[in-house]
Amino acid sequence: MRRYEVIFIIRPDAGEEETAKIITQMEGVVTGAGGKIEKVERVGRRRLAYRVSRYWEGFYVLFAFEGTGDTVKEFERRLKVADPVIKFLSVRVDEDQKRAAKFKAFRAKQEARRPKSRPPAPPPAPAAAPATPEATQG
Amino acid sequence: MPERKSSGRSQERSGRREGPGGPGRKQYFRRKKVCKFCTEKIDVIDFKDTRLLGQFVSERGKILPRRLTGTCSPHQHVLTAAIKRARNIALLPFALES
Repeated sequence: MRRYEVIFIIRPDAGEEETAKIITQMEGVVTGAGGKIEKVERVGRRRLAYRVSRYWEGFYVLFAFEGTGDTVKEFERRLKVADPVIKFLSVRVDEDQKRAAKFKAFRAKQEARRPKSRPPAPPPAPAAAPATPEATQG
Repeated sequence: MPERKSSGRSQERSGRREGPGGPGRKQYFRRKKVCKFCTEKIDVIDFKDTRLLGQFVSERGKILPRRLTGTCSPHQHVLTAAIKRARNIALLPFALES
């Protein structure tokens, strides 16, 4: 089982029940293929960075689930067929998360090995601040 | 962003004027740029985090080079991938005219 995130955009003039219908349908696709849904999030209406099929706005929906490659294939096929969906993107996230966990564990180990041998790094916030006055002069 | 960009360039230029052996001692202190993702311990760069990704994109929507942002090589790789994903789903522009 792999973890995936699929984000898709529903066109802005689609009705509430149309959106709900697509979401329940997609939930059915995942569970029907033996996957497990972790999260369904309605990100909401957002301005698009560029025009997608004549729309400048869209309603974003995010799915996070566990499944196989075939699950994603079927999921994408359904999205392609669904009329109100104007764009979608699926990303496999389990490998990234695994790597992040490894980094985290490594960092924890380092901290444990030599506690307080070095003070913690200063906050990076002031880094950008002093650069600006020079720029305005030059 | 533009002021930061120009300051980075001017700093580099004056640094070169000092000759080899790093930045000169007298003129002014040239701050070493550090990788934001290393210092803030951001392991996963999420393509949905537009506010974070927007800091590494120019006004025209181009991905800023490492020499301007100070991002380390491994993180720049992941960051580029994240920005490209965000572009794909219309969270970030491919190009902006201005």
